[in-house]
Amino acid sequence: MFRFFIAIFIFIVIALPSQAHAKHDGEHIYLQNCVSCHGYDGNGGMGIPLSLPDFLATASNDYLVKTIRVGRPGRVMPAFKNLSDNEVDMLISYIRSWSDTIPPKYSKKPVDGDAVHGKQVYLDHCAECHGASGNGGKGTGVTMSRPRSQPILAPALNNRGFLISASDEMIKNTLIKGRKGTPMKSYLKEGLSEQDINDVVAYVRSFESRAAAIEETSEDEPAVIIKESPYSVEETVTNLTNAVGSMNFRLIRVQNLDSGLTEESKEDKKQVIVYSCNFNILNEALKLDPRVGLFLPCRITVSQQGDKVLVMYANPKRMNEIYNNSELDSMCTEMKTVYEDMIDEALL
Amino acid sequence: MRIYHKALVSLLLIFLALPVSAVADDLIMRRIGMTFPETMSALQSSIVEEGYKVSRVQRVDIGLTSSGYNTAEYRIVFFMREDVLHDIVKKHPELIPFLPLKITIFAERSETLLVTLNPMKLAEFFPDLEMQKTFAQWNEEVNRIVDRVQAE
Ligand code: HEC
Ligand code: HEC
Repeated sequence: MFRFFIAIFIFIVIALPSQAHAKHDGEHIYLQNCVSCHGYDGNGGMGIPLSLPDFLATASNDYLVKTIRVGRPGRVMPAFKNLSDNEVDMLISYIRSWSDTIPPKYSKKPVDGDAVHGKQVYLDHCAECHGASGNGGKGTGVTMSRPRSQPILAPALNNRGFLISASDEMIKNTLIKGRKGTPMKSYLKEGLSEQDINDVVAYVRSFESRAAAIEETSEDEPAVIIKESPYSVEETVTNLTNAVGSMNFRLIRVQNLDSGLTEESKEDKKQVIVYSCNFNILNEALKLDPRVGLFLPCRITVSQQGDKVLVMYANPKRMNEIYNNSELDSMCTEMKTVYEDMIDEALL
Repeated sequence: MRIYHKALVSLLLIFLALPVSAVADDLIMRRIGMTFPETMSALQSSIVEEGYKVSRVQRVDIGLTSSGYNTAEYRIVFFMREDVLHDIVKKHPELIPFLPLKITIFAERSETLLVTLNPMKLAEFFPDLEMQKTFAQWNEEVNRIVDRVQAE
């Protein structure tokens, strides 16, 4: 019995994270979940920088927790629901270690401002970067395809995740202080009065009523679209390669599914992939989100199943949800139409 | 008795603090502090170390450049276990469009990014398939593959 207690205590001593571990663990969590977009030391990437002193001096811990939990729906930043509260705390300690600024605390009281006048101030001073309806820059952060010397893209202010996370006071403080090292200036220094600033905060807050309507769900879209072909595998593949050209796509490659895995002579010739691409569309897509290559170039698979020949593809309108990037919506809809047309033509 | 109690309470607290991973992130992404060629070679070794075969590397960047577009290095590495692939083709053809498994690799200045679909997302796409164990296994394997590269 005594040994049992000892064993438990040894386990606890080993398992209990000490203070020193918190920063180290926070770093580990950051490397697993955030560094890909926000960069080493929080200097930004597909996400905006997190290490700027002006940012850390205006962002409350409450803002950070909520931003991590809710994310920015449709603006790439994911909602991290699977981190424990403890992990989020460790993560924030790590982010805080980049600057010795003191985390501010804000009241939840709304700022007293006139949204009608605020709209005018917004259109005059903010819309050029944040968009007339607050939907932010085209693209996010400092994306791969843009040279790093270019300024950081403005975040969306009409975003539900932003509006839930940021209190009026925090937005006001951001406008007063600005963020040195980014295009976001101090609007007090730019000549706005405190009342102008209150008014524009009230206007930004008014985006809230429209924020929810912007999000769409794709969950009723099937993940895979499957059509039956009246032709043999070989004929279907030939028809598809012809259809690719007539859609202004370039045929990239026709290969067996198990090519590269199986000895060439033993490959299953009844499972065939047809790859095609329109490089103009691909180039545009990569500019919006460098991760789209995961489902591009276009791929249609032809598969013999018993006496049936199936033609299938991953549905771009469903795959869209993994990117959390609403700028891809119209492209995904367009891609689905391309697939449908190609297959319709091939199966005619 | 009090010690026993405390021990139990502490144990309980520890378990409560462990991450709940019921909700899957949609993508597995890692930034690697190495150049593209270094990362590419580390990635391929890591895939092989996990017992997989690399079936192909698709050079998206070459296609883009030859069409006149500027791009950083951008490729897709396909990998799979042959027997598993053949088995799925027979039993679950609806999964074929997602196979072989793949990891997208692209350069961002002197660093490199790895991005792949979280295999647990397939469990969401195909809730009724008797493949949940396989998806969970792929998830562990893919995470190990990219973590090994990040640790280099
Ligand atoms: C020249 C472009 C530009 C203009 C003009 C501009 N901003 Fe910004 N703003 C930015 C950028 C870029 C950021 C992100 C800074 C960063 O990386 O932290 C930002 C950040 C913000 C943030 C913080 C958002 C967040 O997610 O943390 C708020 C709030 C904001 N701006 C409001 C405004 C308002 C209101 C105005 C008009 C008074 C304005 N901005 C004018 C470019 C601009
Ligand atoms: C897939 C890319 C991606 C990942 C991964 C990611 N972020 Fe973000 N994050 C973004 C983008 C993009 C924005 C800005 C959204 C916009 O432009 O509207 C952002 C914004 C933020 C902001 C608001 C910053 C500000 O200036 O107000 C915080 C805080 C943040 N992210 C923290 C994190 C943390 C912590 C993690 C890891 C747990 C993380 N992010 C992971 C892309 C990402």
